[in-house]
Amino acid sequence: MSSSLRFLLPAIVAAIPLAALAQSPPRVYPNVGTPLSQADIQSFDRMIGPEGKELPPGRGTVKEGAEVFAKRCQVCHGKNGENGLMRSLVIGSPGKPYPGPFYGEERNGPSYYPYATIAWDYINRAMPPSDPGSLTPNEVYGLVAFLFYGNGIIKEGDVMDEKTLPKVEMPNRNGFVPAVPVYPPQKKPSWF
Amino acid sequence: MTHYTPLQDYAGIITPAPLHFMQQHSSEFPEIDPQQHRLTIHGMVDRPLSFSMADLKQLPSVSRIHFLECHGNSSPAIHGSEDPILGLPVQFVHGMTSCSEWSGVLLSVLLNEAGVHKGASWLVSEGGDAGKFTHTLPLAKAMEDVIVAYGQNGEPLRVEQGYPIRLVVPGWEAPSSVKYLRHIKVVDQPYMAWNESMNHSVSRPDLGGKARWYHFQFGPKSVITRPSAGLNMPGRGYVQITGLAWSGAGTVTKVEVSTDGGRSWKEAKRHAPVLPRAHTRFTFDWAWDGQEAVIQSRCTDDAGEVQPSLAELTKNWGMDLADWKKTPLPRAIHFNAIQPWKIARDGSISDVFFA
Repeated sequence: MSSSLRFLLPAIVAAIPLAALAQSPPRVYPNVGTPLSQADIQSFDRMIGPEGKELPPGRGTVKEGAEVFAKRCQVCHGKNGENGLMRSLVIGSPGKPYPGPFYGEERNGPSYYPYATIAWDYINRAMPPSDPGSLTPNEVYGLVAFLFYGNGIIKEGDVMDEKTLPKVEMPNRNGFVPAVPVYPPQKKPSWF
Repeated sequence: MTHYTPLQDYAGIITPAPLHFMQQHSSEFPEIDPQQHRLTIHGMVDRPLSFSMADLKQLPSVSRIHFLECHGNSSPAIHGSEDPILGLPVQFVHGMTSCSEWSGVLLSVLLNEAGVHKGASWLVSEGGDAGKFTHTLPLAKAMEDVIVAYGQNGEPLRVEQGYPIRLVVPGWEAPSSVKYLRHIKVVDQPYMAWNESMNHSVSRPDLGGKARWYHFQFGPKSVITRPSAGLNMPGRGYVQITGLAWSGAGTVTKVEVSTDGGRSWKEAKRHAPVLPRAHTRFTFDWAWDGQEAVIQSRCTDDAGEVQPSLAELTKNWGMDLADWKKTPLPRAIHFNAIQPWKIARDGSISDVFFA
């Protein structure tokens, strides 16, 4: 390396624009579309993955959840989530989780879910059908606590928050084939 | 809300847009202002972006013919809810599949603009309907042939098909093809949305009661649409047997027809265009002698897979044919078994799937 190049190298590196350090190829149609800020994304991103990284701060107890359920959910799902017009949400009982199998109506409640986060994400995005998105994070945490307790998944005194909820071990976690979805699928034929 | 396509009532392969099947997960259609609608791409990308409808239409477009099919189409439970004499017409057994020319921009173009991180492997899409329907898709499929569609058969998407934009994921169970598409988040694992991991998984006896999930693409499939249950034979003599064949793997390479209950098979004529992951129209010239007959079709695709009989599919699933007589019927989705129709001497046609 010539002495002049050695001298210039730090300046060249510093001059590389940030975009060139990105991992991906450059844009082909840079005149189309509008950049999103982190604040923009936070305003609409409600997708919660199985590790619960995106869960908002908040907390709810079984008792608090029972009150919300009676007000907002019971009309369709029945008292305590049983014998309602819509999906029965409880199978098993406090202290006694339902062990399976799940061939029919047993599938309808959170006992079937492989991850605790599914309950939070779905209640938060889609419930109640008359006014989805109207529940506060604390109310959703409470509803999850109430339903998990009724299904024997957590204890009566357990509190659901952004830290404890993703750690709940769901009784049916190993009830799925393949255990982790993979693409392309490894088993043939395609109608397996 | 469910609409079934009247497969028996149109020719060719294009389903008229208003007759496209529909399985609506929310109780109402969303009212979306296309001027205000935005598609965002965020998550594991270098450049999170928002696209207006004008932006999407400014980008290079494609128009491709693909079928969509509900994962629950042709399910044994539908065959089971039969008229005791004839069964349900073909429309209500197999009519949750349709085929359209979809126009839009390839999702790979948008993902390239956003700049996907190396560690990314999946994405999760969210619709603008009341329940904010969510579904996961492997990134590899998204980069292969997925369309962000704004047009169907030359017109804008209809509201029941996801106006103003939807995903079209060719060859795959239709819940992947999220309607009213609003947000795409690039991630590094399947996001286990309620619909895909819970509502669309199914417990199976051969798996010890464990549930199959993430079925992805459909296998080879076909059905005779005329003559079929719900119709009557016009009389003895010449009759054209016609139907549709398709495969999630790619192109239909052969369609065979049997008019003797599956003892012998003859190749049917496949009519152009024969396109990958699209319905293929087939016909077979036949003369009905006025006697009892069972007619059925069988599809082979370019992956070399052959459409299974009910007995083959049942065996593969570790079940016994007698299991299909149970009440309630075992829940089954992703179903592609051969469909036999029985023609009686009086010209009436019935569903003998379980006969």
